[in-house]
Amino acid sequence: MSVDGSLDRLKREGRIVVVGASLAGLRAAETLREKGFAGSLTMIGDEPYEPYDRPPLSKQVLLGRATADRTGLPRLRAVDAQWRLGVPATGLDMAARRVRLADGDEVEYDRLLIATGVRARPWPQEDEAELDGVFVLRTRDDAEALERSLAQGPRRVLVIGAGFTGSEIASACRERGIAVTVAERADAPLVGALGGVVGEVAAELQRKHGVDLRCGVMVTRLEGDSAGHVRAAHFSDGSTVEADVVIVSLGAQRNTEWLAGSGLGAGLRGIACDAGCRAFDIRGIVTDDIYVAGDVARSPHPLFGYQFLSLEHWGNAVAQAETAAHNMLSESADRRPHIWVPAFWSSQFGVNIKSVGVPSMGTEILIAQGSRSEHRFTGVYGYQGRVIGAVTFDQTKWLQFYQQLIETTAPFPPAFPTVDRRPEGQQPIPADFPDPSVPTHGPTVTLSGYAPDDRRLTFTPARH
Amino acid sequence: MRLVVDLNRCQGYAQCAFLAPDVFAMHGDESLLYRPEVEEDRREDMARAVAACPVQAIMVDANSPGGNPGSDREAGR
Repeated sequence: MSVDGSLDRLKREGRIVVVGASLAGLRAAETLREKGFAGSLTMIGDEPYEPYDRPPLSKQVLLGRATADRTGLPRLRAVDAQWRLGVPATGLDMAARRVRLADGDEVEYDRLLIATGVRARPWPQEDEAELDGVFVLRTRDDAEALERSLAQGPRRVLVIGAGFTGSEIASACRERGIAVTVAERADAPLVGALGGVVGEVAAELQRKHGVDLRCGVMVTRLEGDSAGHVRAAHFSDGSTVEADVVIVSLGAQRNTEWLAGSGLGAGLRGIACDAGCRAFDIRGIVTDDIYVAGDVARSPHPLFGYQFLSLEHWGNAVAQAETAAHNMLSESADRRPHIWVPAFWSSQFGVNIKSVGVPSMGTEILIAQGSRSEHRFTGVYGYQGRVIGAVTFDQTKWLQFYQQLIETTAPFPPAFPTVDRRPEGQQPIPADFPDPSVPTHGPTVTLSGYAPDDRRLTFTPARH
Repeated sequence: MRLVVDLNRCQGYAQCAFLAPDVFAMHGDESLLYRPEVEEDRREDMARAVAACPVQAIMVDANSPGGNPGSDREAGR
């Protein structure tokens, strides 16, 4: 590139198009400008709003402490972009380097960043999903509608799915004094992300706060009244729950349909890219002008056996966007790998839950500090004799220490004593993740692909 | 003005909650809840909160002479 100075020309007068105007898209745009990109920048977003922050939607907004239209992301610097908001991208012509838009327009690019994220998985029965009072929660509009409905004082709310979002919604409802039933197919909340040992604590928290938690059941049918408003849900165990608000919280689907037939390696599991955020085409050849970042990306992580990780995490969107933007404007020798250590947080039932690494790869867990019965503890996950992840319940201050252990592939169980070690923390126990071969919804981490040095596909025990 | 807290970074030191209790509040022992948008005349308060955060987790709209960079004016283009 440097031979003919084309990188300089790209920086000076190139055209960069970002599809996806949320957290990853915005942070990428800011980074591009910070790195000196002076050409034209186009931001394409399917929602009619400027980039906004999603985590508050299931917390501050549902608690009535902020309104959904007041969660816009701060601008860290001017991005000087052409904004095409409310206009979804509908197609990609890789040969002509063009993005097609829903309004018929086409936008040409020299470099493309895809950050189209995910959407809430809808209730599978369409006629039931359309009943009044049935919601999903992903967007600003979703949150606004749900909050309005909660403010009207429903007699009972049913949350289907006890992942992080579902659990946070249930927590907000209880805080507002609304009766809540939570239906979860697994044996406890949060088991996809944190396993059964920690899931037990999450279940205890829910019940302690008055949630009618029902595990090991599925909702088989939603029933509406004559006015088309949901009135009840029927469960696989034969029981029925009357609820006038139902929130479907069954995880997310990747927004990749618009790329069908484009030749890009995009599908149900997201868009595969290399560690430098460059997208693969369907032949498995890496592209040089198309980059991916955020929830829709799937990239190999050296620290986790080069598994392709797909992370629906706030911090991942930021870090990957910054790396993608840097690499878009760099010679190959100057490119950086996206080697962010996964981390996320959740706030529910008054407890701050935080995690680092990839707990779902763990086969064992050690309660290294504190106690599960006090809902204040640190759990460390082990995989093949090394520390692979950690979770804290109201023990944030210890998390960074365990992150260092993960980064240095420290042995598991840790060989040293820890502060506040209890009898329950003397020995590791099975982490109790669900069998990955059984389909499930809503894990925060999806692992797939083959590692060059580790072709074992069974990374969680089959215990369910 | 808009703000966001990187809650991966946040360690619950609560310095922000002392400086601007109407914007930042602890929720339980360790969780932070904050208002994602505050009045423009609070810019100085927010700058103090940003500076006081021991882990630098608070981000606010950049201050630029022409007003907020990339706000609604830009979206309308």
